[in-house]
Amino acid sequence: MSLDRYESRSFRYRRNTSLAVYAVIITVPILVVVFGALKTQSDIFRNPLGPPVPPRTQNFSDVWKANLPRAFRNSAIVTGCSVVFTIVLASLTGFAVARLRGWRSNLLLGFFTLGLAVPAQVSIVQQYALFKDLHLTDTLVGLILVETAVTLPVAVFILAGFMKTLPGELFEAAIVDGASSWRLYRSIVMPLSLPSVAAVTTFLFVIHWNDLQYPLLFLPTRDDLWTLPRQLVGLRGEYLTNYPVLFAGVLLASTPVVVAYVLLQRWFVAGMTSGAVKG
Amino acid sequence: MTAPTMAKPSRVKRPHFSLFAFALPAIAVYGAFFVFPTLRTLWYGFMNWQGPSTQPAWVGLENYKSLIDDSVFRNSVSVSLKFMTVVVLAQVAISLFYSVKLVKNTKTTVFLRALYFFPTILASTSVAFIWAFVYDPASGLVRSVLDLIGLKSYSPSMLGSTHTALYFLVIVQIWFHIGQMILVFVAGLQQIPGELLEAASIDGATRLQVFWKITWPLLAPATAIVVAYTTFQTFRSFELVYNLTEGGPADATRVLSFHIYRQAFEAGEYGLAASQSVVFMVIVLAVTFLQRRALRLVRSDARVFAP
Repeated sequence: MSLDRYESRSFRYRRNTSLAVYAVIITVPILVVVFGALKTQSDIFRNPLGPPVPPRTQNFSDVWKANLPRAFRNSAIVTGCSVVFTIVLASLTGFAVARLRGWRSNLLLGFFTLGLAVPAQVSIVQQYALFKDLHLTDTLVGLILVETAVTLPVAVFILAGFMKTLPGELFEAAIVDGASSWRLYRSIVMPLSLPSVAAVTTFLFVIHWNDLQYPLLFLPTRDDLWTLPRQLVGLRGEYLTNYPVLFAGVLLASTPVVVAYVLLQRWFVAGMTSGAVKG
Repeated sequence: MTAPTMAKPSRVKRPHFSLFAFALPAIAVYGAFFVFPTLRTLWYGFMNWQGPSTQPAWVGLENYKSLIDDSVFRNSVSVSLKFMTVVVLAQVAISLFYSVKLVKNTKTTVFLRALYFFPTILASTSVAFIWAFVYDPASGLVRSVLDLIGLKSYSPSMLGSTHTALYFLVIVQIWFHIGQMILVFVAGLQQIPGELLEAASIDGATRLQVFWKITWPLLAPATAIVVAYTTFQTFRSFELVYNLTEGGPADATRVLSFHIYRQAFEAGEYGLAASQSVVFMVIVLAVTFLQRRALRLVRSDARVFAP
């Protein structure tokens, strides 16, 4: 702010140019997708940048008929359950970490943060083998369990970190008044942690909604259980380089996340940057 | 907190046991479906195992010994390390470059930060489809733009050549994730007191001097986060590779996570895949450790300038 007067005009000009260049780099591929979804295959190859004239809605009905509603339902179930389970389990754990003291608290938090150091692919083969033995592959329950297990570390890390900053006097007062631990969790800690919970919820929503890896491996034969990203991969096998149809699928599959991003931008940014602390 | 409260501390006895009970559901799910399979990976690294419903056989260090001469595996290690290094360096440089320009909170910068962040919320599958079209050699976006500006005879190989494929994957990775890193840097920059920068430039420091002597050292915590997170993201970039290149051409983009996936689920060598996962884990830990060492040096610099 106070440095403004040191900025020369040419500096400001160069700054605006480079900012605009990157805005174009972000926008153009996205516009190509939006326009492309409304074109024919020969149109998109002949003129990828121009607007679609006349817009063609056939691609959307094609992709909709390719089992997209079913995939939407599966994605909604898996994402909804995984987010809720992760939030409930992680907030209970965060509460325990915040209330315990000394080595007990550190041990509990350490047990979960250890999981942050392990890339998902290290465990995925054995996870698959275990789920296969338990007959949990090819089920949505199995998919929800594995999605929850792998996002618990980051959720615990963020929520416990926040809950530890709540003033201890608050708890003491409530305990003197005879509040149980459950009451503390429900009526004091959770309401006060709402900003943090909201941020983690949006973060988890994006991760679970977009995940391909686990649906790809844990639903080997049941294509009726495929989630959206898995369905898109299947679609590509069918339509190969028919990009207009693929782009219509991309647009439909992204809609919930994009709408949420526009409406709840603040929470997204908070969630995805606190997610950045992991590692 | 203060002395007087210490007197009464209701020394409220903490119900340790019941507090642990709160964590029990999470411990059960995370323990059974994440920690246990991870530990089993260590164990099965010593086995010859063709997967579920077959009998594993103890082979000791055989799997690990075979990795030494496994040229495909060694190629995957170097591809992963190269991918990580290039993405980390480029992403730190570019996101720092842009965050310096976006540090003030105006209508324009808030909008641009949101725009740059946008790709982060997309599914990697969607991102892969978008870039598959951008790079399509026959008639993709790059091809059309080159035609448009009159470069009809120039045809870059992009994902099609073993020399360039990895770098074109780097571009996708950065396009996908840089918005997040810009936000981390912006947050870090906003914590640097403006008077410090002003004082320096009044004392006649050039813009470059101010950056290297003050901004960069004070930014160390943010840099550490960006480096660590970017590193982690590149090591787990399985989905982009799966959808865009399938490791090709000629294994030029066969990152470790993709190689291990192939080893287990396509070659059916679960034991070998387990030993490779262990090596993968060791590499990730070693890289993270080295980065922390390197960045701690920067951080001690920061203390000099922030009394």
